[in-house]
Amino acid sequence: MGNPGLRLDMKKSVPFAIVAAALAAVAFLPRFASAYSVVFCSSVIMYAALSLSYAMFSGPTGYVSLATAAFFGVGIYTSAFFGKSLPLPALMIAGGVFSSVIAFAVGAITLRLRGVYFTIFTFGLVELLKHFVLWTETTFAGTRGRTVASFGSVTVFYCMLALLTALLLAAFLLRRSRVGKALSAIGESEDAAAHIGINTTAVKLLAFSLSSFAMGAAGAVMATRWAYIDPGIAFNSLMSFMPALMAIFGGTDRLLGPVAGAIVFAALEEQLITRFPSLYMIIFGAIMIAAILFMPSGVTGLIRRRPAKRKEDVPVGDS
Amino acid sequence: MGILEGRALSKRFGGRLAVDDVDFDLEDGEILGLIGPNGAGKTTLFNLISGAITPDSGAIAFEGKSVGGLAPHRLCRLGIARTFQKAKNFPGLSVYDNVLTSAQFGKKGRSDAAAREMTERTIEFVGLGPFLGKSVTDLPLAGQKRLEVARALATAPRVLLLDEVMAGLNPSEVGGAMELIAMINESGVAVIMIEHVMKAIMGVCGRVMVLHHGQKLAEGAPEDISRNPAVIEVYLGGRRA
Repeated sequence: MGNPGLRLDMKKSVPFAIVAAALAAVAFLPRFASAYSVVFCSSVIMYAALSLSYAMFSGPTGYVSLATAAFFGVGIYTSAFFGKSLPLPALMIAGGVFSSVIAFAVGAITLRLRGVYFTIFTFGLVELLKHFVLWTETTFAGTRGRTVASFGSVTVFYCMLALLTALLLAAFLLRRSRVGKALSAIGESEDAAAHIGINTTAVKLLAFSLSSFAMGAAGAVMATRWAYIDPGIAFNSLMSFMPALMAIFGGTDRLLGPVAGAIVFAALEEQLITRFPSLYMIIFGAIMIAAILFMPSGVTGLIRRRPAKRKEDVPVGDS
Repeated sequence: MGILEGRALSKRFGGRLAVDDVDFDLEDGEILGLIGPNGAGKTTLFNLISGAITPDSGAIAFEGKSVGGLAPHRLCRLGIARTFQKAKNFPGLSVYDNVLTSAQFGKKGRSDAAAREMTERTIEFVGLGPFLGKSVTDLPLAGQKRLEVARALATAPRVLLLDEVMAGLNPSEVGGAMELIAMINESGVAVIMIEHVMKAIMGVCGRVMVLHHGQKLAEGAPEDISRNPAVIEVYLGGRRA
């Protein structure tokens, strides 16, 4: 039955057009905005990309991963090693591939763990990689940090925007695919999912690797902005918590939830840091607690249509 | 040769043998009742057959091929489907999407159109047609149980394991469930059902197996089982010497 699919496309086409227009508008920003705005927007887009890639896996499955900083750091070190010999897009792909490979290996071992055990392991991964890199750098390279080739803030901006655009498309397609459905089923009940023929380990592994690709790519881009990096900067656990908090704040049920969360968070952080530098963390924490208490489905949850009602619009009976 | 065979199956949890050296056979097209007091090992036996847990020892063969130790999704695709004692429907999905998920993943290489057709057919079959677009939480208990059965059926099983689908149902709903099980069986699916509702066991099962403390206590026709002194003692807590 092609009919409901078509109606779905008609319904989706309006938000689709709005998102496309918004991305296109943002693309013109470097033409007239200040250098500072471009740098600030690059950060916001980076957070949006990280938060969205976090939500790709953790949103539907409910597996909270704190490994974002690990994959982000892998991307950073990719640029640190190859930044002087490769163009930025190639660095992004390389960072993404390295991250995916590590995610696949780690996931194959740890995705058998459920709930909080998985979360603890992923958090441990950040520390593990940090100390491993620190050890190899001091032992073999005789150094603590590295300088990274710079590509200019406008290049960074466009690479980030391209990454976010590709990621939005990937996340959109994933949600509609069978793999996306399988991920939701795993989140609803992993046992039940396995017993209706879903290869839960394979599906989780695929999504975990896919989401870490974008994290690595984002790290590869950001590294070029920082000029100097060391393991402490590259594997900063804040980069695990922020995307998760942004995704929760924005809401993971909707595709744009994590993006909305990242924009609101980044703007809020900017305002609070400049106005209340000493109280910033306290206010931030209070807002986060209030958000979890009063908006369990996040910012986008407030404008969500009720799912039961929506399903009745779709005439599933005729074929 | 039966469609499903278990030989010398054992599973230990800590110091307790939950399933202790159990043999069973399921003939193609039959309904086998599985009864026994709480903690007898009935659900553990289902978990072993469906791959949720692996046996410590023993062998399971499906259609003559050894399937012991296979993952649940592999067994499901081969044709062994199950329901859970406490229904594990996906509460975030509609009735239709619950069954569709089973239809899409339950068999390899089923097209989307075929899966949708299977979904509609299965929902009609179990009598949930009027609830097609409804949310799972809108269903009464009997409906939840039927949905659980529909999710298993949409994977097109050869063997269906039903774990207490009648628990908590009123007498007329039990009657409806018995009719449904008979219909499933007539469509060519062999069934093993765990049940405490004796009327249902006696009404639909061709054969009954009794488990007690993980061991097979008795096996036979329903009327023989209901007269078996050992079974009566276990169930009624009769006098012990």
